[in-house]
Amino acid sequence: MKIKVILLSSLLLSTSFATAETVFVTLEKDNAIAVVDPIAGKLLKTVNVGQRPRGIALSKDQQTLYIATSDDDAVIEVDANTLQVKGKLPSGEDPETFAIDSQGTRMYVSNEDDNQVTVIDLSSKQAIQQVAVGVEPEGIAVSPDSKWVVSASETTNMVHWIDAASNEIKANTLVDPRPRALSFTADGQQLWVTSEIDGTLMIIDVVSKEIVQRVHFSVPGLGQEKIQPVGVVIDNKRRWGYVALGPANRVAVVNAQTFEVEKYLLVGARVWNLAFSPAQERLYTTNGASHDISIIDLQEHKVIKSIAVGRYPWGVAVKP
Amino acid sequence: MIFNLLRLFLLPMLLFVALFSGQGLAGTKQEIKIAYLTQEKQVPAALSNLEPFIADKGLQGALLGIEDNNTTGQFTGQNYFLRPEIVPLGANVQLAFSALLKEGYRLIIVNLPAAQLVQVQQLNNNQALLFDVATRTDAFRQAQCLQDVLHILPSRAMRADALAQYMLKKRWRHWFLVIGATPEDVLYAQAIRRSAKRFGMKIIAEKKWLHSYDARRTAQSDIPVFTQVDEYDVLVVADEQGLFGEYISYRTWLPRPVIGTQGLVATAWHRTHEQWGAVQIQNRFKALAGRSMEEEDYATYLAVRSIGEAVTRTKEVDASLIKAYLLSERFKLQGYKGKPLSFRPWNGQLRQPVLLAAPTSLVAVPPLDGFLHPKSELDTLGYDRLETQCQ
Repeated sequence: MKIKVILLSSLLLSTSFATAETVFVTLEKDNAIAVVDPIAGKLLKTVNVGQRPRGIALSKDQQTLYIATSDDDAVIEVDANTLQVKGKLPSGEDPETFAIDSQGTRMYVSNEDDNQVTVIDLSSKQAIQQVAVGVEPEGIAVSPDSKWVVSASETTNMVHWIDAASNEIKANTLVDPRPRALSFTADGQQLWVTSEIDGTLMIIDVVSKEIVQRVHFSVPGLGQEKIQPVGVVIDNKRRWGYVALGPANRVAVVNAQTFEVEKYLLVGARVWNLAFSPAQERLYTTNGASHDISIIDLQEHKVIKSIAVGRYPWGVAVKP
Repeated sequence: MIFNLLRLFLLPMLLFVALFSGQGLAGTKQEIKIAYLTQEKQVPAALSNLEPFIADKGLQGALLGIEDNNTTGQFTGQNYFLRPEIVPLGANVQLAFSALLKEGYRLIIVNLPAAQLVQVQQLNNNQALLFDVATRTDAFRQAQCLQDVLHILPSRAMRADALAQYMLKKRWRHWFLVIGATPEDVLYAQAIRRSAKRFGMKIIAEKKWLHSYDARRTAQSDIPVFTQVDEYDVLVVADEQGLFGEYISYRTWLPRPVIGTQGLVATAWHRTHEQWGAVQIQNRFKALAGRSMEEEDYATYLAVRSIGEAVTRTKEVDASLIKAYLLSERFKLQGYKGKPLSFRPWNGQLRQPVLLAAPTSLVAVPPLDGFLHPKSELDTLGYDRLETQCQ
């Protein structure tokens, strides 16, 4: 009897632990975010946030959601528990995506229409500088040591290396056409960049700032022009990297040591952005054209579930 | 007299060139000089004043391209410079072209009708690389091939093929073709016939529009009578200048959609297009020009951007090296249409998706799924390598 009680309570404990994970998805055409319980596989609710929400991330203390509401020209602050809008950051015009440094003190916003990156001090909520970059900046990332801010400009076809101390561009790397997303490896040694138009993944060495590897994708029975890599993430151990292939409707599983593509996982239509679960045992994908998210089990490299969320899911953030 | 005039212009120009290159030497920047040659146009006859006549179609696109190239150039050490040469009505275009060659321009964007393009091309003698941003002429892509000319806009054949792919998908296979009176309308109709054959469509009737252009008479009374033919699915209208085509919709004898030069149109660019980042360039263009981007602007933008891509990637500014790069398989241009754009090496035509647009909505973007090609699905539109005499 006693054993049973212990078993039951530990079971309860583990389920309550698991359900604590919440997935937030921006819905570009619904002007809202979807709140999803991924363990139960359920859309919990949809909350209006502002016009054309795209980029989304959590603050370091996990208490605030930052959401770029592009057509309102703002990055808004939303209470991650009550989901009430509590503030607005001076993001500059048409913010699409942004990145936050590892200390959680600064935010870097891509202003696609103005060819610049806005630097925001998160404690004072002031824009402290605007850095001129190439045409149509989109993907942006901060290195794990917060030394580099890297911005990709889609039409200039470059990644710009901004020194986080001086907010000046120190180097530029010419990349394949229409670079979309970029991501540092956890050890800070590599920057992974996707090219939507050339269908490639480039691995850039952070020290030399040169492309050291190019990964090509090919899916049997699918035209090369359908393969348009967008979102990219790499696990903490640098074992696997995952690349969303847009209208190819697949996530490529790339061996992060050999750079071989080991598998293509069929997800929803026009897969866009990716996010890990806190312990990196699952991957969440936003599927823009099928209006759902997919959940990938990373032990098995298998798609286990898809959940309808709303119109044009774009960005995704996961709260433990 | 002409010689005197030339001398008059040439001397200050030489001085200018000397100064210019001197600056280039002093700094570390590469200078890329691009000329844009066009002629003022007479305001054409039109059905209504709803759409204002736009005098600077093309120029604004080139300016945006230069702006974008220079944004990139600040990081790569290149500076792009546009020299617009707008020849007044009635003045001699050939003379203006020769002057540009003399001034040393080797990258020239030409926004001129087909006959004038041929005239300037004959003066070129392999000196400059020309970017044709105006013609849709199938002959230039098929038999009358022009050396050192890249054609940016889709040919009539590409447009007709784009429409035919969509019609096949919809299974609207019986066409009624109505042809206007201008020579261009006849060429458009030829392209429609070719596509109909290619995609297994049936043209059940062809009629020439010979009626007057007076709205009070034609619209309500003539069109129902004119359109009484055998059963058909769509009416295809060939009226490039827009003299009567707009009258046809909603006035036909049978209730049928209109496609072609009016109704559902095939175009390189359209104000309703916003996918694949297009909304960004639409916004940037509007901020610069104060109006929507037209096809010719898109073409000049792509011409300037092609040069920019070639220079950035090769670090070369020589026109022949730029041409070699643009015609190679390495060249892939992002053109806001979801697929990399490139040139067909056999006829210099820019490969590209074609937009099918209604006045306020984008309907489809061929090549459509299912139309396969061994090399590039984009080559299902227009003259493929085996169908052309161009090398």
